[in-house]
Amino acid sequence: MTDAATPSPPRFAFGAALKSAALSAVVALGLFGLMVGIRTETGPTGSLIYWTRFGDVALLVAAVFLGRFLRVLAFGDGPIRLQRLVPARWQEASAGGERFARLMPGRNLGGIFSIALLGFALVAPILFFNNRYALDLGILVLTYVMLGWGLNIVVGLAGLLDLGYVAFYAVGAYSYALLAQNFDLSFWVCLPLAGILAAFWGLILGFPVLRLRGDYLAIVTLAFGEIIRIVLLNWQNVTGGPNGISSIPRPSFFGIPFNNDDDGFAAVFGLDYSATHRIVFLFYLILMLALLTNWVTLRLRRLPIGRAWEALREDEIACRSLGINTTNTKLTAFAIGAMFGGFAGAFFATRQGFISPESFSFVESALILAIVVLGGMGSQLGVAIAAIVTIGGFELFREFAAYRMLVFGGAMVLIMVWRPRGLIGTRTPSVFLKQRKAIAGALVGEGRG
Amino acid sequence: MEYFVQQLINGVTLGSIYGLIALGYTMVYGIIGMINFAHGDIFMVGAFLALIAFVVLTSLGITAIPLALLLVLLIAMALTALYGWAVERVAYRPLRHSFRLAPLISAIGMSIVLQNFVQVAQGARVKPLPPLIEGGITLLDNGTFRVELSYVQILIVVTTVALMAVFTWLITRTRLGRDMRACEQDMRMTSLLGVNVDRTISLTFVFGAALAAVAGIMYLLYYGVVDFYMGFVAGVKAFTAAVLGGIGSLPGAMLGGLLIGLIETFWSAYFSIEYKDVAAFSILVIVLIFLPTGILGRPEVEKV
Amino acid sequence: MSAILTVSHLTMRFGGLVAVNNLSFAAQRGEITALIGPNGAGKTTVFNCVTGFYKPTSGMLELDGRDGATHLLERLPDFRIAREARVARTFQNIRLFPGMSLLENLMVAQHNPLMRASGFTVFGLLGLPWYRVAERDAIDRARYWLDRINLIDRADDPAGELPYGAQRRLEIARAMCTEPDLLCLDEPAAGLNARESAELDELLLFIRNEHKTSILLIEHDMSVVMKICDHIVVLDYGVKIAEGPPDHIRNDAKVIAAYLGVETDEVDAVEAEAGR
Repeated sequence: MTDAATPSPPRFAFGAALKSAALSAVVALGLFGLMVGIRTETGPTGSLIYWTRFGDVALLVAAVFLGRFLRVLAFGDGPIRLQRLVPARWQEASAGGERFARLMPGRNLGGIFSIALLGFALVAPILFFNNRYALDLGILVLTYVMLGWGLNIVVGLAGLLDLGYVAFYAVGAYSYALLAQNFDLSFWVCLPLAGILAAFWGLILGFPVLRLRGDYLAIVTLAFGEIIRIVLLNWQNVTGGPNGISSIPRPSFFGIPFNNDDDGFAAVFGLDYSATHRIVFLFYLILMLALLTNWVTLRLRRLPIGRAWEALREDEIACRSLGINTTNTKLTAFAIGAMFGGFAGAFFATRQGFISPESFSFVESALILAIVVLGGMGSQLGVAIAAIVTIGGFELFREFAAYRMLVFGGAMVLIMVWRPRGLIGTRTPSVFLKQRKAIAGALVGEGRG
Repeated sequence: MEYFVQQLINGVTLGSIYGLIALGYTMVYGIIGMINFAHGDIFMVGAFLALIAFVVLTSLGITAIPLALLLVLLIAMALTALYGWAVERVAYRPLRHSFRLAPLISAIGMSIVLQNFVQVAQGARVKPLPPLIEGGITLLDNGTFRVELSYVQILIVVTTVALMAVFTWLITRTRLGRDMRACEQDMRMTSLLGVNVDRTISLTFVFGAALAAVAGIMYLLYYGVVDFYMGFVAGVKAFTAAVLGGIGSLPGAMLGGLLIGLIETFWSAYFSIEYKDVAAFSILVIVLIFLPTGILGRPEVEKV
Repeated sequence: MSAILTVSHLTMRFGGLVAVNNLSFAAQRGEITALIGPNGAGKTTVFNCVTGFYKPTSGMLELDGRDGATHLLERLPDFRIAREARVARTFQNIRLFPGMSLLENLMVAQHNPLMRASGFTVFGLLGLPWYRVAERDAIDRARYWLDRINLIDRADDPAGELPYGAQRRLEIARAMCTEPDLLCLDEPAAGLNARESAELDELLLFIRNEHKTSILLIEHDMSVVMKICDHIVVLDYGVKIAEGPPDHIRNDAKVIAAYLGVETDEVDAVEAEAGR
C-alpha cells in the first residue's frame, strides 16, 4: 500500500532486467522451439512429413525477451502497478478523483451506468434496424447476460461452484424443441414448461450432490453436464443425436406469425414486411427475459431466501446454528438458477430454429462461469458488463479464427491476474438502516460448496 | 472368459494412462488446493512434443526403436515439464492466496490457450504415428478368440508401475517430498521454517507435467494418433479418476485411474460404447454420494 | 424451578478417544449454567452434542421448551434444534457472516419467521404487504439488539470490519434474534479486555433477567463465571467432577486440583483470581 501511495521513481535495474529477460528467452526457446519450429503434417502418402519455421520461433523468443525486459525494467519483479508509470503530480490528481468517487454514494455511479446501459439496450433495435449483424450480436450478448445472471444465483449468491450449468440450458432448449414439435404448443406455453423442467432437473441433480463440498461439487456438476450432453448425442430417436433437431417453430407475436402473409405481423400492424421484425422481436424478448432474471434476483436478495443464500456462502455452519435448512436453501438456489438457464435455452432454440448437442459443450459452461467471475460474483452490473465485453470482444475477432480463442483464453488469464475479484468486487447490502455502504470484496466470502 | 481377460488387459492399460495424468491433478490439488484445469492440455502438449521429437529423430537417422524411444521420452518430459512450470508461473502464481475461483478461471483460460496454441502451431488435423512397437504375446487361444497382450501394453503398465514406485519414494523419502507434504499442511508455516514454497510448488507442477508427458507418449504409442482436442476429454476423465480415488492421495489417483479405465473398457465391451463416459461419470457420482471424499481420501472432519 | 436442559448419560467417542464419558447434569430454566474445566475436558464436545453438530455416541438430551413440549435433541439435526427446540449458540472462534452488514447478520438470524411471512418466498416475490410488515418487525428487533450491544451506529458496516470484542457481542445478539429458549455460549469472554468483559456480564444478566432466556456457557475466565453464574458443572477428561453453585465450586478441592494440578501455590493463585 505504501508503495502505491508514495511512488518511487522507476528503478533502472538494467542488468537485472537483462538477466531476467535472457532467462525468459531461454524458457521461450524451450517452449516454442519444437512446437512452433517444427510443423508436422500428414503427407500425401499418409506418413508424417515436417517443415521448419525457425524464423517464427526467433520472432516469438525476441518478443518474449523484449516484453520481459520492459516489464522488469518498469515494475521490477513485483506486481504490475500502472501508477508507477504516471508522474507523481498526475497521481495526486487521480487520487483526489478517487476520493471524490468514494464520497459519492457508490450506488449512484453504478446506477447511472445501469440505466444508461438499459436505455441503450431499449433503443438499440431502432438504432441498428438495418444492421442485422449488430442485432444478432445484441441477441447473443443478451442471451449470455441472462445465462450469467442465472448462474450468478448459484455461484455468486449461494457460493456453489457449478461447472455444468450448460446442462440446464440444454434441457430448456430440448424441452422447447420437443414440446413445440411434438405437441404443437406455442412458445408462450413452452417457455414456462422449459423453465420448470430445467428447475426439476436442477432439483434431481442437486439433491444427491449438494452435501458435497467445493471441488467435489464442481466435478460432479461437470460430470452431470457431460452426461446430459452424451445422452442428447446418443438418444437418436428422441433427440436426433448429433444431427440435432431442426425446423423448430419460430416464435410468433402472441399468435401472429412473422411472415409475409395477410395475417402476418407486418400486415396486421400495417407495416411493410421485413425479415428484421422477427429479429427485433427476438431482441426485445431476450431483453425482457434477461430483465426478468435480474428483477427476480434483486427481489430474492431482499427476501429471506436470498439472504440465506448469501449467508450460506459466508458460513454454512453458522447458518445451521441459526435454524436454516441448508440443504433446502442450496436446492432452491440450484433450481432457480437452473430455471433461468431453461428459459434461456428455450429462447435459444426458438431463435436458432436448430439445436444440436454441439451447442452445449463444457466450453459453454466455462464461458458462462467466466462471465460470472470476471464480472464480480454477485454483482448484476458486473456480470452484464462482463458478458458484453466477453461476447462482444469474442465476436470482434471473428476473422482470426483459432487466434481468437487463443486471445480469448489469454485475456481470461490476464483479467484474473489483474482483478481476481472481477470487475465489480464490492457487495451491496440487501437492507440498511441509515446508509447503504458498499462492502469491500476482500471481506465477502466465496463459498465452499 | 477369454473376452473378459482381454478387456481386463485393455482396461488396465487405459487405466494406467489415466492414472499417470491423475497423479498430476492430485499432486497439484494436494499442495495448493486448486483444480489445474490445464493439466489435460499439458498431457496433450506432451503427446505432441513426443510426436514432433520422434519425427525429427527419424529424419536425423535415429531409427533404433529403444534409443529413439528413450530420447523421445527425455525430450518430451523435459519440454512438457517446462510447459508445466511456465503455466504455473504465468497463470497461477500471481493468484496464490487469492479468491478461490480466480485460479480456476485462470486455469480454464490457460487450457483454452494451450489447445488453441497447439492448433495454430500444428494444425487442426488428427496426426497419425505409425506403430513403433508391434507384436505381443498370445496368452490364451481357444480357437475362436485369442487373448493378446501386446508389447505396448506391457510397456505402458511396467512404466506406470515403475513411475509410481519412484514417485512414492520421492514423496515419502526425499526432502522435496517432505517439503511438499509440509506445504500441503500449512503453507505459511512451511515458509516460516525456511522452505522455499514457490520452488516447491513449481517443482510439483514440473513433476506433474513430466508424468503427463509420459502418459502422452503412452497414449501416442497405444492409439497412434494425437489431436489438439484430446487433452480435454482425457483431462476430465483423469480428474474424475483423481476425485474418485480421493483427491490429494497418490495411491488414490492410481486406483481411480484404474477404476475409470476398467469401467470404461468393460462398459464399451459389454454394453454400449456410446455411453462409456456416462458410465464412468455415473460411478463417480455414486461413489461420491456414499464416500464424499473419494475412496482413499481423508474424511473431512467438520470443525465447529 | 424446572430444568430446561437435562443431559443424561451423555457419551461421545471419536474413534478410540472418549471425549465425554457418561455425563449427566441439568440446566435450570432462567438460570445461567456454566460448563468449566481445563483445556481438552470435553466442554465444546458437550456443546456440539447439545446443538446437534455432533451426534452423541449414547445418552439422552432433553430440552423442555416454553410451550411445554419436550425435544429429544440427540435425534434432531442441527438446524431443527435451532428452529424447533429453540437452542441458539455462538462459536469459540466467532462465526459471523463477515461480508454482510451487521443488520443483515441479524436479519439472517430471523430467517424462519421471515420465511413463513414471505409465504416461502412466493408472497414476498409478489411484494404482498404482510411480508413488508414482518420485515419491518424484523428490522426493529435487529435495531433493538444493536442498540443493546452498542453497535447501532455501525449497523450498515460489514461484520468482518468490527473489532474482536464487538464481533463477540454481535454473535450473541445474532443468536438472541432467533428468540431462543436456551442460549449456548462457547467462551464468550475469550479475548475480551476488562471493560468489555464487564459489558458482557451485564449483557448476559440482561438476557437472563429481561428475556427469561436460560444460558449455558463455557468459560475460562473465572471472574465471569463466579460473578454471573447460578450453577456450575466442572468437567475433567470428559467426566463430571463437581457440580453446584459458585460458592460450592470455589471451595471444591477436586476442582482446584483438576484446574492447576496439586501445586498449592497455584491453588492460592486461582483462589485469588476467583476473588477470595
